[in-house]
Amino acid sequence: MTAANTVSNVVPQRSAFHIWRRHPNLTVGTAMLLIAIFAAIAAPWLGTIDPQLIAPFNRLQTPDSQFWFGGDLIGRDVYSRTIYGARVSLAVGLGVAICGISLGLVVGLLSGFVSWVDSVLMRVMDGLMAIPSILLAVALISLTGASLKNVIIAISIAEVPRVARLVRSVVLSLKERPYVEAAITSGTPFVSILLRHILPNTLAPLLVQGTYIFASAVLIEAILSFIGAGTPPTTPSWGNIIAEGRSVFSIAPHIVLFPGIALSFTVLGVNLLGDGLRDAYDPRFVSRA
Amino acid sequence: MSDLLTVENLGKHFIVSGGLFGNFLGSARRVIRAVDGVSFSIAHGETLGLVGESGCGKSTVGRAILRLLDPTFGKVSLDGRDISHISRRALRPLRQNLQVVFQDPFASLNPRRTVGQSVAEPIKNYGLAKDAELRKAVERLFMRVGLRKDQIDRYPHEFSGGQRQRVGIARALGTKPNLIVLDEPVSALDVSVQAQVINLLVDLQQEFGLAYLFIAHDLAVVEHISARVAVMYLGKIVEIADKRRLFANPKHPYTKALLSAVPSPDPDHKKNRIILQGDMPSPSNPPSGCRFRTRCPIAKPICAEEEPELKAHGKHQFAACHFAAD
Repeated sequence: MTAANTVSNVVPQRSAFHIWRRHPNLTVGTAMLLIAIFAAIAAPWLGTIDPQLIAPFNRLQTPDSQFWFGGDLIGRDVYSRTIYGARVSLAVGLGVAICGISLGLVVGLLSGFVSWVDSVLMRVMDGLMAIPSILLAVALISLTGASLKNVIIAISIAEVPRVARLVRSVVLSLKERPYVEAAITSGTPFVSILLRHILPNTLAPLLVQGTYIFASAVLIEAILSFIGAGTPPTTPSWGNIIAEGRSVFSIAPHIVLFPGIALSFTVLGVNLLGDGLRDAYDPRFVSRA
Repeated sequence: MSDLLTVENLGKHFIVSGGLFGNFLGSARRVIRAVDGVSFSIAHGETLGLVGESGCGKSTVGRAILRLLDPTFGKVSLDGRDISHISRRALRPLRQNLQVVFQDPFASLNPRRTVGQSVAEPIKNYGLAKDAELRKAVERLFMRVGLRKDQIDRYPHEFSGGQRQRVGIARALGTKPNLIVLDEPVSALDVSVQAQVINLLVDLQQEFGLAYLFIAHDLAVVEHISARVAVMYLGKIVEIADKRRLFANPKHPYTKALLSAVPSPDPDHKKNRIILQGDMPSPSNPPSGCRFRTRCPIAKPICAEEEPELKAHGKHQFAACHFAAD
């Protein structure tokens, strides 16, 4: 074997191994989230049947080789419903993370830089934060009606204060950093200071917060569905499935168990990803090789 | 020689509000007089040392000159132009002549940018060089402050404190300023590294004709680099004089106390150490009359009644004490 061959064979393996060694949380978390995303996208091809198909013969069917996760109260296939349920959960998680962070970033940056805006916006955020996020979401949904879009909007609004507070506190502390002051005395224009020195340094905490919001949104969506204020009952979501299985939990625990496992798996994966991102984005861990 | 920087009756008061409920309870709105009427000037190529203990307002003076803070009252002029009452936009082109080096060498560099990018930023901002020329300029600055060319693309965390401070100095030199405010530039460094950095600053001053405002709490450091020294106490200058006069014949009791605390390399040298009692009073509630009287070993009743003016005692020496002539 030639030297060049050896190098080309060894380097990719080593770097993949290195990423795994350096950031195990990131790798495992990404893998878990990818599995959930794959399930959501490829749901029709994963041996599922119509998740709405009612088959009275299979009522409370225990898991077997044909019905992997068993059947629910009216005989629908729990496996198919759980797999399709990933679509709702991930859409809500991603939607809320994007909406909540964008809104919160704008509010937080404004508050951090403009002091009179700060006192107004932050009192509004305090008011929002005083209401438990689930109550707030329930109230907003009862005003607008249950649909996937409204669920995303409602949870986003409930999450905005958290992001805004985080961004504001980061901006306030960064504003006083000597390197920002040095940039001011170096004649750097305000917008460049914002883009070059403030925003990049808020990204790491925002990414971590984003994954936390993702996980929290998935949970809140499940809770909303569980209490009947979330996605319409016709759409299979993990919260819906668990809610329907609750009454027969003692005789058919599998109905609650499998969507519950899927929920925990996704939330754990996203949280691990968040921790991993936090470590990976810290420049002290960046390898120069 | 005309003065490069003139500071006239500069003051910075901070208002601490008692918060929503404090306002009702009457504990509201304390005024912290961090800097309360400070005047001095710096000539081209000169170094003025500004010393005082923590909390005396010396860094606030530096920050007010740099317009990182807006002064409450008073005037700062650079090359005869008032820079304390113009808009930030109008100030931007003037900042080229006025740079800063901070105390904490790690916090003064953006951790996500290479040191080369940090040094290049002011040069780019003022359009002094571009592309390959910019790289050359940064390389020259790196070599000049004692760093290697190949270190340009590294990140701040890969450097030691002394090296980072050299990067900070290179950044301040990039725009070819006339005046650099050195805000305790060596306080965070080891003693051996302190000497290297100070020697570098002295060399650069001679080479580029720089003027320094050297803020420090350590008289020994100031003695080495300054031509004149101003001593601050509780927001005011209590004594300002040529370095030799100040060190040989201090007039103000506070300066005397500070000097008596400077360690001497001669073991046989016996000094009467003046140990000040108590802490500096709060700048929100300064003592009546002379601000130093609560800790002054020679305080008399008049000190509580009349505030001493900064008066000349011999050529180039001013002290604010009723008994400075004694």
